[in-house]
Amino acid sequence: MKRNSVYSGLRPPSVAGKAGSSIVRAAIAVLLLVPAFLPFDYYVNIATQILIAAIFASSLNLLVGYGGLISLGHAGFLGTSAYVLAWLATRGELSHLWASLGALGVTTVVAGLFGVLSLRATGLGFVMITLALGQILWGVAYRWVSLTGGDNGLSGFSRPHPLGIDLSSPGSFYLFTLVVFVLAFLFVSVFVHSTFGAGLQGVRDQPRRMQALGWDVWGIRFVTFVVAGFWGAVAGVLYADYNQFVSPHVLALTNSAEVLLMVIAGGAGTVLGPIVGAAVVVLLKNVVSAYITRWVMLLGFVFVLIVLYMPEGLVPGVERLRRRTVRRGAEA
Amino acid sequence: MRFFLIQSLNGLALGGLLFLLSSGFSLIFGLMRVANLAHGAFFMLGAYVGLSALRAGLGFFAAVVIGGLAIAILGALLERFLLRKLAGRLLSQVLITLGIAFIIGDASLLVWSGDPMPLPIPDALAGVVRFGSIFFPRYRLAVVGFSVVVLAILWVALERTRVGAMIRAGVDDMEMARGLGIAVPRLFTLVFCLGAALAGMGGVLGGPILSVYPGLDMDMLPLALIVLILGGPGNLLGAFAGSYFIGFLYTFGQALFPDLAYVILFLPMVAALALRPQGLFKLRAA
Amino acid sequence: MSAMALELQGVCKSFGGVPAVREVTLSVREGERRLLLGPNGAGKTTLFNLVMGDLVSDSGTIRLFGQDVSRLRADRRVHLGLSRTYQVITLFPKDTLAHNIVLALLGLSRSRFDPFSLLAKRGDLWERARAALDRVGLAKLADRPLSQTSYGEQRRLELAMALAQEPRVLLLDEPLAGLSREERRDVQDLLASIPREVTVVMIEHDLDVALSFAEKITVLHYGQVIVEGTRAEIVADPRVQEVYLGA
Repeated sequence: MKRNSVYSGLRPPSVAGKAGSSIVRAAIAVLLLVPAFLPFDYYVNIATQILIAAIFASSLNLLVGYGGLISLGHAGFLGTSAYVLAWLATRGELSHLWASLGALGVTTVVAGLFGVLSLRATGLGFVMITLALGQILWGVAYRWVSLTGGDNGLSGFSRPHPLGIDLSSPGSFYLFTLVVFVLAFLFVSVFVHSTFGAGLQGVRDQPRRMQALGWDVWGIRFVTFVVAGFWGAVAGVLYADYNQFVSPHVLALTNSAEVLLMVIAGGAGTVLGPIVGAAVVVLLKNVVSAYITRWVMLLGFVFVLIVLYMPEGLVPGVERLRRRTVRRGAEA
Repeated sequence: MRFFLIQSLNGLALGGLLFLLSSGFSLIFGLMRVANLAHGAFFMLGAYVGLSALRAGLGFFAAVVIGGLAIAILGALLERFLLRKLAGRLLSQVLITLGIAFIIGDASLLVWSGDPMPLPIPDALAGVVRFGSIFFPRYRLAVVGFSVVVLAILWVALERTRVGAMIRAGVDDMEMARGLGIAVPRLFTLVFCLGAALAGMGGVLGGPILSVYPGLDMDMLPLALIVLILGGPGNLLGAFAGSYFIGFLYTFGQALFPDLAYVILFLPMVAALALRPQGLFKLRAA
Repeated sequence: MSAMALELQGVCKSFGGVPAVREVTLSVREGERRLLLGPNGAGKTTLFNLVMGDLVSDSGTIRLFGQDVSRLRADRRVHLGLSRTYQVITLFPKDTLAHNIVLALLGLSRSRFDPFSLLAKRGDLWERARAALDRVGLAKLADRPLSQTSYGEQRRLELAMALAQEPRVLLLDEPLAGLSREERRDVQDLLASIPREVTVVMIEHDLDVALSFAEKITVLHYGQVIVEGTRAEIVADPRVQEVYLGA
């Protein structure tokens, strides 16, 4: 997996110079705000879904791209969080704030437990253990009907009212999601470029050497696992709020595979990769499903093609092309 | 007592089916170090193919053979044209099998629609066998018997034939096997094919017991995984013992604690992971 | 008499029934320059792995400044002042030389737990990294990715990384292997410049450099200590000649 040079920092490599990159950033800010005010509910909702997926994929990317640990059970954290929120808000009759905190708290504890179990192995072993653990959660959601409502899921809770603001309209909920997304993006950016992040990537590349340099390899992986679980939980809260409904599907293996695809397609080990990947997958899902019902089969084909022909992902691929054209431009 | 015996037989039957599923999975992982995430899909597709064969008027045993054969061919094609392209890149191979699983799953939905369909029990194996005052369904006994036969055949093939020796060598030490001139790529295709065939046959045989439905693939895959973890990679007897153990655990769990059955299933795996200090997957450098 | 920096007592390690290290007992005084000699397969690198904690011994004790570290994790031993270089390149090829050193520096720093301290802004670390590179003559290549450097430069980086950690006990695994004559001279000067208080244990086949550097020599053969002594004693010992000429 391509390693991020620490000098690429928070700003994307600026080709047009300082003025250029401010313009780029302003443009991005405007673009991000636009959906809040569009009258086309359908597209605004898609934008919301993309942001939620981007947070979810970014959380997994901490593990996969930066930690080198492939998890096939990450949907477990989104799902657990969503279910806990739904349960606390309906049967627990807690306010939305407390339900959300409860969801985040419980899921983080679960992430801690799963981290201890999963990190008994690395590589393929880790893949399989995370898959199995994710399946346990799915099994609980599906079979323990008295607790989770089984196949019918949980519903009957409304969207939050932060500071009294009503979020039932697509535009307002989009803005709410955008705020959370920006927070997540900032966190991830700082995290991967921090000294801890450098250690994490070092552990990904040469774990034994890092241990012999004084780093606690298991500790770093464990902390990353829990942090990834936490942000997956954040995505879960948003997911539950957006849909106002949770069903076992959210914990299914397909969901874990989908988010892994987002990370790999967009470019694991880059900050922008999972965001791009999320956008691509969500758009495919929503646009394609209008014409083709066999969305899952298409996902499978896309997966196969990417693994075969573009294993590094979109963002590094495009970055490479851009550098080549810049170099050629400079030489001309 | 009656309850215990009946559940035991159900457990045995499930164990037999699991063995057909996971023996292939274990061999593939043991030799190729590939976790074939499409293995559950192979099982399910085999069942569907068998169903179609039965609908076309063929006999049950023909359906089993056709189911196994179809999946074997599919497996050979996938290994030859996809997995081999990714030789040495274990993670990519695993991911590609996941994509294939999705494709097979959804394609099956397209071809056979979404209704769960039990396969009919062949007349020859219908009815019950009587032990005193207890009646056991003959079919389930046959499934158990078949799995034992398969174990015997596989065991003999692995222990007594040249190809089996090559496979065992590859499982033990791939570098050495290569160094000894063993044609590894062809061996890979063979083992993948074999594993696929076993899964396909298992699917058809499981049809009368489990039915076939969308989602069967993802129901079976984690079970194969657990058996692999318990039995060890490439370990035939381990797969056998693990399959029956899980078969019993699941059956009794379902009967006694239906809400938690799925969780109970994974507890041995969790225990194995927690107690075995070095972890379970000491992968050599590929 | 100065303290014992490193003490091994009855250390054993086998791999699948094949013994690699057999009942090795040796002590290195603080500030000593010790050379480990022995033909290939004698168990020298395995011994380093055991001392470092990259491998866990089957039996025996390993003490670092009197403290029993036999069951201690490798990173904890580093924090007690142990550092080593590796024979095989286990560095970070996609990163710059400076970044490689920074990872070594961070390994001992509290910042390694800090997910909010931006690495690019840590001028202190980057300066120390450059200084470490300067010490081995690689300052000009600080921003070059490792993959674009020569083998000799990478070996010097290994040394720079270990020295950057300012260890109390330094394990050097064939620091001169694969170097050109000039590079060897540079490294020899470097070895001579290591502070006196640092205890150095070295595995090396280049006897010219090694013998002039070492104060005491331990000869290993088939995982066992055959002979220990000064240069003169070793050279004269018939057992050593047998090991190198007979085996």
